[in-house]
Amino acid sequence: MSAAEEVVAEGHQAVEAVPKRAMTLGTGTSLLVLAVLLLVPVFVKNFVIFQMTMLLIYGLAVLALNILTGGSGQFSLGQSAFYAVGAYTSAVLMEYFNVNYALTIPISATVCFGFGYLFGKPALRLSGVYLALATFALATAMPQLLKLNFLEHWTGGVQGLVVTKPDAPFGLPMSQDMWLYYFTLIVTLAIYIFSVNLLRSRSGRAFMAIRDNEIAASSMGVNVALYKTLAFGVSAGITGVAGSLGAIAVQFVAPDSYTITLAISLFLGMVVGGVGWLPGSFVGAAFIIFVPNMAESISKGLSGAVFGVLLFLVIYLVPHGARQIAILGQQFAGKVRRN
Amino acid sequence: MELFTNQVLAGIATGAIYACMALAVVMIYQAIDHLNFAQGEMAMFSTFISWQLMQWGLSYWAAFLITLAFSFVAGIAIERILFKPLAKAPVLTNVAGFIALFAIINSSAGLIWDFTIKQYPTPFGSSPFLGSQLISTHQAGMIGVTVLLLLGLYFFFQYTRIGLAMRAAASVPESARLVGINTSWMIALGWGMATAIGSIAGMLIAPVVFLEPNMMGGVLIYGFAAAVLGGLSSPFGAVVGGFLVGVFENLAGTYIPGVGNELKLPIALALIISVLVVKPAGLFGRHIVKRV
Repeated sequence: MSAAEEVVAEGHQAVEAVPKRAMTLGTGTSLLVLAVLLLVPVFVKNFVIFQMTMLLIYGLAVLALNILTGGSGQFSLGQSAFYAVGAYTSAVLMEYFNVNYALTIPISATVCFGFGYLFGKPALRLSGVYLALATFALATAMPQLLKLNFLEHWTGGVQGLVVTKPDAPFGLPMSQDMWLYYFTLIVTLAIYIFSVNLLRSRSGRAFMAIRDNEIAASSMGVNVALYKTLAFGVSAGITGVAGSLGAIAVQFVAPDSYTITLAISLFLGMVVGGVGWLPGSFVGAAFIIFVPNMAESISKGLSGAVFGVLLFLVIYLVPHGARQIAILGQQFAGKVRRN
Repeated sequence: MELFTNQVLAGIATGAIYACMALAVVMIYQAIDHLNFAQGEMAMFSTFISWQLMQWGLSYWAAFLITLAFSFVAGIAIERILFKPLAKAPVLTNVAGFIALFAIINSSAGLIWDFTIKQYPTPFGSSPFLGSQLISTHQAGMIGVTVLLLLGLYFFFQYTRIGLAMRAAASVPESARLVGINTSWMIALGWGMATAIGSIAGMLIAPVVFLEPNMMGGVLIYGFAAAVLGGLSSPFGAVVGGFLVGVFENLAGTYIPGVGNELKLPIALALIISVLVVKPAGLFGRHIVKRV
């Protein structure tokens, strides 16, 4: 509107600079959480186990977004597309090629990594709102692409595909749900440890340098283009694993399960959990799984409004998400110890 | 050739809808530096208010003016009550706030006016315009109103003190504050104006897409795309972007085999992204210069 140049001063950035130490939980807390996750399924009903499985799966997908946004400072509304690719890769491999479900997971991770890496290439030139629009386009296109006629032979078109749920191996006395839960837990743990280490590694430092100041990073010798696309690839790969696990857990894939709504949910999960705080991803996943149900039980007709109000409450009370609570808790614990 | 001209004309007619919405999107982007995801729902709600007023017996123009005033005040109220407390929160938290607002407005409108599709009147009539079957007088009127709005905004921002103050508050808030501009109220004013423009867009679009709580879903996506294509810093670009997206979409639907209605949106978006890859700030946007 004006002829004057718009100048953005330094320090004006979209994603907060979270130091890498603040991105994870302490060892003691982590072991405690792990113990709870291991023991709870023994005492609860199958449906609750299924919900916990979904929590881990969505947690993984949010974690993937968190690496991309909280780690490298790139924003994506297209995670549902990567999730869909992962889900369909597993479903097609299992149903048409009789590949073992466990083997489909590394395959879809690789496929999605490639897909994300390639998508990251043109996205390199875009940032902020423009990147959001590009990823958004990917998310809206995905369900339509899956419905395309010439793919229908593989994808089952609008009807989708039914996936068989695996039994527990070695004759373990476990229900299918329980086995799938432990299987998901193992995969989640592996990926969580991988992510924590990734962010602590040289690559992770490069991500964070790009997030905090791209120009400074490149002048320090960080290959900005490489690490930005790499972040997209890793994020897509992990989302793909979540998609595969999701397909196996729900036993069904269809184009309309992977719309933009899913991408928005994952985004909300990241904000509620705290951008840049990896354990928060699982808190955020709990929010996007349970709060809509809660809203529905409070008022059927107004469930959307109730959900919106609850979301507003959360972002008012803790604008930095669950991370803020964790920091407060840590400070409190520190005070108690000193006294 | 005739098919081509007809498709372009039809594209311009739908483009007018997108241009209207894009204008509202750019307005709020200028004021608050974010894309407001709830913009479409706010416009939808305003349109329902005007519909309700007409049901109660008011004339079109009376309802139009009351809705405009209501939207302006409501926009300011939403900013003051809901988003001012979030001014210091991270950007992504603000975006989550827009999504929450979206859910609240959509669900409330559904409860108050239910989800049945409603007819909405047009002040321009719907006979063919200048003998063309593809563009009706309503669509021509819509293009006219969009152009008028654009001119009005141009004069407001270029030649009034308050317009200048709003521009200053949006581009360099710190310096604006130093010269005595109340930047916080400028943001509120921006919200008010964007909501009012959105309500005009809603009332113009409703006769075409019919009135229902989800009427804005598709329109808003195209509106965003148009705004981004034209360059988010340029209202003129937004309007041009709107028409371009409309024409793009129609031509892709006609000439690329196997596209049809389902793939129109992805194709249009893909084209826009290709444009953005070449011109990252949009067609008419200014490049943002970063100070290191």
